Amino acid sequence: MTVHTQPMNRIQNAFQQDKKLLNIYFTAGYPELNSTVPVLKALADAGADLIEIGMPFSDPLADGPVIQASSTVALHNGMNMRVLFGQLAGIRATVPDTPILLMGYLNPVMQFGVENFCCEAAAAGVDGVILPDLPLDDYVAEYQDIFRRHNLRPVFLITPQTAPERIRRIDELTDSFLYLVSGPGTTGGANTQAAGVQDAYFQRIEDMQLRNPRLIGFGISDKQSFASACRYAEGAIIGSALIKALEGADDAPAAAAAFVSSIIQ
Amino acid sequence: MTTTPTYQQPTERGYYGQFGGAFIPEMLYPNVEELRQQYLDIMAEPAFQQEYQQLLRDYVGRPTPLFEAKRLSAKYNTRVFLKREDLCHTGAHKVNNTVGQILLARRLGKTRIIAETGAGQHGVATATVCALMGMECIVYMGEVDMERQKPNVYRMRLLGAEVRPASSGSKTLKDATNEAIRDWISNPVDTHYIIGSVVGPHPYPDLVARLQAVISEEMRKQLLEKTGSELPQFVVACVGGGSNAAGAFYHFLEDPEVQLVAVEAAGHGVHSGHSAATSVLGKPGIIHGSRTLLMQDEDGQITEPYSLSAGLDYPGIGPLHAFLADAGRARFLSVTDDDALKAVIECSRLEGIIPALETAHALAVLDRIGAGPDDVVVVNLSGRGDKDLETYIQQDLM
Ligand SMILES: Cc1ncc(COP(=O)(O)O)c(C=O)c1O
Repeated sequence: MTVHTQPMNRIQNAFQQDKKLLNIYFTAGYPELNSTVPVLKALADAGADLIEIGMPFSDPLADGPVIQASSTVALHNGMNMRVLFGQLAGIRATVPDTPILLMGYLNPVMQFGVENFCCEAAAAGVDGVILPDLPLDDYVAEYQDIFRRHNLRPVFLITPQTAPERIRRIDELTDSFLYLVSGPGTTGGANTQAAGVQDAYFQRIEDMQLRNPRLIGFGISDKQSFASACRYAEGAIIGSALIKALEGADDAPAAAAAFVSSIIQ
Repeated sequence: MTTTPTYQQPTERGYYGQFGGAFIPEMLYPNVEELRQQYLDIMAEPAFQQEYQQLLRDYVGRPTPLFEAKRLSAKYNTRVFLKREDLCHTGAHKVNNTVGQILLARRLGKTRIIAETGAGQHGVATATVCALMGMECIVYMGEVDMERQKPNVYRMRLLGAEVRPASSGSKTLKDATNEAIRDWISNPVDTHYIIGSVVGPHPYPDLVARLQAVISEEMRKQLLEKTGSELPQFVVACVGGGSNAAGAFYHFLEDPEVQLVAVEAAGHGVHSGHSAATSVLGKPGIIHGSRTLLMQDEDGQITEPYSLSAGLDYPGIGPLHAFLADAGRARFLSVTDDDALKAVIECSRLEGIIPALETAHALAVLDRIGAGPDDVVVVNLSGRGDKDLETYIQQDLM
């Protein structure tokens, strides 16, 4: 298998830093249709190292109740792909360096058109794309060339059940980072695994000496869980806990900034 | 090149033409892959076949009769036969699938079973085989469906299953399926997901179609006996996800002289905005891990379907059916709530058989398929109407 290397982008630059990285997920168009950019900017200014913008979907199978509810609100607010790309136009003038990834489900991307989607994403300055229900084989057969042409990095998930040879394959299909799902469950779930089981899993992945850095996600919610995830990875991903902090906040950008501070300070 | 059948068999990656595949998050990959690698081998084992056939005979009550419905025949001036899946144990075809899948689950070493259900028939059929095998059973059911199919909720609980309400979206079959999938994501090691129709990621559509194929296998033998030919002119079945239709069509798929008629729920009318007629209203898209025809808006968000019938209230159809529609191999018709209810009364009064509301959609097209006096029409009588009595009473059918 050939290992593919694309020109550097902001994701790789972020991993050059000598620190643990905080990757924050939030849902586009939540809590208000036009909160996307103010929240994004607040997260970046407060020190989030990478940002994943969730593209809301009506039937988010891999998500728990919090992200589901935020998606429903966002769709109700009128969020869609066209609106999102409109909001992101010119974003690199205000958020120049923070890597931005789009995360969502395949169907809305398919309906928008993959080429069209990648073109718009690249034009907005997006660096990576996470589509959990896109099979690896389909990515390779139908999407990879388009992604590469637009200098977009795919990010793939790895779980405790992912077989070693599959992890190797995933590692070779991207040069961004590997998304280590902390344990069985959808986003936002409490981590019910025995600590030893989880440690063994993270250690096993670490021992594989993969080429990509790793970020741990699912069930990371506060400073403490962030810190413990960082023992086994270059950083961690927080989504549901941030969404909860935005829920009912009078000032969503301020709440987003305060949340980031509560993790990294 | 061999002349292998073109409709029955999906490709190795589960495609029927452009439809099918397995669009699942990584969390489900090991489970679905394990199933994909093993289902054909396990089902081919003599010990599996023996146990499966024995249960179909002694527990389910197969073969189910093929009944010549003389008064319906007289009314529609054609020869109508009813394939009596309503006489299966638990009252619908769904149990053909659950009996097979529970045996498969055991051989995969699973100890916990989950299922989704719409009308509750699949939930009851799953709870039944779990009781039989002593396995833990959790059934997800939309809140709306729990209300309109109450007797089945009680039956599942009586059988020892836990019924968990799905309260998102339209609170119906689609949402119950979402919750079942999320459960499987959270319990990847000990749990098998018994999907109730020919939907979901590969290999489920093929697995469920094979387990329901006994319906058409029996039909061919019974038709030969009763009409002198294995082949009817028409086979008619309702389509929610499409499992009873897949079973009724399966062994006729490669006989082009047999017209296959799939009947969807039109709800208040196909273009009323309250419908579940996917083949008319749907476009290719991804639902529950399968690329198929899907009711969705222009942004690719899945739209909420509507049918009075809980079992047909689903915004997709199995990829096999999407392919049959696309290729023109099956003819797709749709029937409104009102016409289905009329068919309930008609079948009850003319034949002494109270059909399920889902099934009534199939019965409602007898005057629309163009069958002549000498034609043989087999309607798959997928289930009995006991579960729908409250709806029938509310609709003032008495
Ligand atoms: C009696 C009966 N017929 C038909 C259906 C529709 O399902 P399918 O299209 O998978 O046969 C159901 C579903 O609950 C049912 O209970």
